[in-house]
Order: sequence, then C-alpha cells, then structure tokens
Amino acid sequence: MANVITDETIEYVGILAKLELSDEEKEQAKKDMGRMLDYIDKLAELDTAGIEPMSHVFPVQNVFREDVVTNGDESEKTLRNAPGEKDNMFVVPKTFE
Amino acid sequence: MDILEYSAVELSAAIREGKVTATDAVEAVLARIDAREKDINAYVTVDREQALRAAASVQEKIEKGELTGPLAGVPVAVKDNMCTEGMLTTCSSKILENFVPTFTSEAVVNLERAGAVIIGKTNMDEFAMGSTTETSAYGVTRNPWNTAHVPGGSSGGSAAAVAAGECFFALGSDTGGSIRQPASFCGVVGLKPTYGTVSRYGLIAYGSSLDQIGPLTKNVTDCAAVLELIASHDTKDSTSVRREDTDFTSALVDDVRGMKIGIPRDYLGDGLDAEVKEAVLAAAKVLEEKGAVVEEFDLSLVEYAIPAYYTIAAAEASSNLERFDGVKYGYRTSSYEGLHNMYKKTRSEGFGAEVKRRIMLGSFVLSSGYYDAYYLKALKVKAMIKKAFDDAFARYDLILGPVAPTTAPRLGESLSDPLKMYLGDIYTISVNLAGLPGISVPCGKDTKGLPIGLQMIADSFQEKKLIQAAYTYEKTKRGCGKWQSNMRQ
Repeated sequence: MANVITDETIEYVGILAKLELSDEEKEQAKKDMGRMLDYIDKLAELDTAGIEPMSHVFPVQNVFREDVVTNGDESEKTLRNAPGEKDNMFVVPKTFE
Repeated sequence: MDILEYSAVELSAAIREGKVTATDAVEAVLARIDAREKDINAYVTVDREQALRAAASVQEKIEKGELTGPLAGVPVAVKDNMCTEGMLTTCSSKILENFVPTFTSEAVVNLERAGAVIIGKTNMDEFAMGSTTETSAYGVTRNPWNTAHVPGGSSGGSAAAVAAGECFFALGSDTGGSIRQPASFCGVVGLKPTYGTVSRYGLIAYGSSLDQIGPLTKNVTDCAAVLELIASHDTKDSTSVRREDTDFTSALVDDVRGMKIGIPRDYLGDGLDAEVKEAVLAAAKVLEEKGAVVEEFDLSLVEYAIPAYYTIAAAEASSNLERFDGVKYGYRTSSYEGLHNMYKKTRSEGFGAEVKRRIMLGSFVLSSGYYDAYYLKALKVKAMIKKAFDDAFARYDLILGPVAPTTAPRLGESLSDPLKMYLGDIYTISVNLAGLPGISVPCGKDTKGLPIGLQMIADSFQEKKLIQAAYTYEKTKRGCGKWQSNMRQ
C-alpha cells in the first residue's frame, strides 16, 4: 500500500507541528512522509487483536507529592534567557486586539 | 606515564595517592583538546576557567579527605542535551543557540557531588535525532580512528571525546542506540541502563519513554564506577525507579562459568557486514571458552522494531518539542506578524531538516483519524516485542549480538537516505522499546582499521550480568586496543 501524502495533509500537519515550510520543503516532506508511512505499514502484518497497548514497560503509577515550593524565586535567572523581557515579564507579540 | 593513559578510576586513584593533581588532569585534557579539536570537533562548549576552578576546589577536598570516591578529580564531558547551570546547553540546535540553564540535570549533579570535573558539552545529532552526529547545527564530529568517517550518533561527541583522550569519560543518552552505537564506532565502552535507573531530570527530552542517560568510558571498570554514581532514585523524575542493587562495581568479576548466552539468529542475517559478524561470533567463542553456555535462537519480531520505534519516538518528539516556541528561552525569529507567525517562523528557522521530519511524522501519527492505525498499533507491537524478550530471558542470562550492521560509515554517506540510516539501528532500538539494559564493548577492528562493537543485552535490572560478562571479555584483551597505542598523533 503506497501512501500518497496530499498538499492538504502537509498543510494540516504544518499547522499541528507549527512549522512553516517552503514549497521545496513541502515537496520533500510529502515524499519523506509517504516513504516512512509505507515502511511503518509493515506493522499491519502483525495481528495485535487482544493486545493491550504498552505505553510504559513497568507498571508505574503516577507519582504525587505535596504542593510545596522547594526552590526560591528564580525569576531573574529565568528571565535572563528570555528573547524579550520587560518589567520582570516575558514580552510576546500582541495576541488579541 | 602520560596522564591521559590512565583510565578514569586509575586517574582518581593516582590523584588520591598524590602522584598527580586534579589540575594536572584538567590541563592535560585541555592540551589534548587544543591539539585534536580542529580535526575532531567533539565539543560544542569547552569551559576552561570553570574546569580549572572546579579542579582546584576538588583537589583541596581530596587532600582534606572530604572526597574519597573513585571518580574524584576526573575530567568528564557531558552530552549537550543535559542541562548544566550557567553553561550553554544547545542540544546541537540553533533553536537553543543561547540557552543557559538555571539548573543542572540530576545525573550531572551526582557526578559533581562525587568530585568529577565538567570540561564541557559534547556535540550530538540535533535533539539526539540521528545516528551520525552530522545533523548538529555546530558542525559534524569526526571519528578519531579515521577522520573521514562519522563517530556514530547521537552521542557522537561524547564517544569521540573519550576515544581521542579529550576527556576521561563522558555521559551520553540513548533513545534508540545513541550511546551503544557511537561507542561501537569509536572503540569505547558504552552502557544504556534499564529505563528509570538514571534520573532524566534536566535531560532535554526526545522520546521520554525511551530516553536513558548512561556512561561512555575507556573500559568496563570505569563504566561500572560511573553507572554506580549516576544511578539514583529521584523524585523530580516520575519514572525514576527505586533500586537497591546499584553497587555495580561488585560485578567486576572475571568469570562467566555457567552463564547462558543466546545469540539471536535474526541478528546475523542479511545486511550484517561479514567482518562485523566474524568479530562478534569470535567474541561469543571467547566467552564460551571462559565457561559460558552459548547457543543461537530465534528472538522473532526484529524487523518490526524499527517501524514501531520511529512511530513512538516521532510521536513523543512532536509533543516534547512543542515547547520550543521562541517565548521563554532560545532563538526567536527576527521579524514576524503576530504570535502564531512568530511560533512558526521561530521553529522553522530554528530546527534542522531531520528534526522537522520527525516532528511532522509524529504530529501525523498522533492526529485524529491516524492515531489508532499508527500510534496505538505501535504501542501494541511494543508489548509484543517486550514479550519476545521476556521469553528469551526465561532461557538466557544475556543476549549477544552486533551493535550495528557495519562499522562507521564515511561522512556524508548517511543523510541522503533517512530510511536507510534508520535501518542501521536494527540491533539497538528494540532494547529501548523493552526498557532493557545494553552494553557495547570493543571486540575488534575491520580491515579499514575501524572499531567493531559487541552488544550484550540483559533483562531489566540485570546490569550486573552485563558488567560481569563484559569485564570477563575485556580481561582476555581481545578488544580493539587502547586509544593511546592506536591514535597517538
């Protein structure tokens, strides 16, 4: 089964992945993804009826702890990495009018 | 004796005995870096002042008897996907070109506490996605045995640094073979621990259910000593496992009598280079002569591991890498119109081709309408693969085979065909899917003079069996020779 990736699919995946691709990159992505999916389709050969999907190899439970602050105020250190910073806050483009 | 010829454990002993100082060791490594880095490019960042300061402080503590551990005073290189407070951490990506973490990853904290001295951060495939260290935004790393060849990946910088004497040991991370395969290509020892053994706190995530930090070292003794230090239960990593049996150096015993070793026939078939096969089977013979019971068996499902792995890893990567958006840290595009355009442009300019390829594949297999057919299917196949290993370990103490189908390819040969590159991971990735420990030990060289690695895999939490068998093999001196006799230039 050959997977044909359409322009619409690539547009949609671009939205999900938050990536803006050039026309050339889109053409390449269509080819690459189609080829990978053809390969992944090999999994369909296996009968997995009745098998539980395994997300974790050990039977781990979620780990809870008390909601207690253990570190101090690190905002100054953290903001030193910010691409844009003003008055102890991150600067972002206007998000609504 | 040249300081660089010491193993990590030998060096620390020499420092404690007053034969050399921690500062001597750092200076020797820095001189080696000056001599070799222009050819190798193992490091993204070398922090000289910080290393010399740390060495002086550690030396003082050793003299006062405050630091007595087996790695005190030893220079270490850390893969650039582990956060180090105050030291640039790029993941070899443009998107983190200016990221200076405000905290240190738990594995590195454990090393610092024991007096190891951080020299710098090693080059890698961008976000650990690759098998050659050619997808780094900061240039390729070259194999110290032959600089026309790749060092493997994604922990290629760590493996090359150890092999070239540019550190005494290194930390890497292994999501699908990224410690074991470069260790194999560079002729050093590399171990991927059981999932949950080493805290992932501060390790920049690629495939969270598969990632594990582990050592790359000159020999098996160093490997056990490093693993013993970095293994710890950590409440900051919810998948961290509480283990009592982390005294790994107790397994440095030269004896494999009665040990049952299985060689999967599926690991010896088409695609395996004849010289690699010969070296691996010769190593199995050596263990047999030392008293192990060795036989071939059918593991099954091997060819399904790669498609299952790339589905799961890409899915997790697409989710983990959502955080890189140009808001709180890292690269931000210079011109944009509105928030969404800023996200998109930042990510498109900041990520390289292989990272984009995997993010897109991952977004697709998780998307509505495809989730069941791809992602869920892969998780079911993962369960089947784990079962196949469970069945094997009901009969064998260890599984033995090659690490990779070939020795290190030439630079530039791999990236043109991603699928072909992925197929090179066939012997390593199922170990990550099943959460098992695996080790790569040098077992010879091919006619081109490139190292060949022997892989051994154990059941969960059985690292001691790996260490014991690897140590026993190493004692017979059939590896590929120490770096100093092969690479002094």
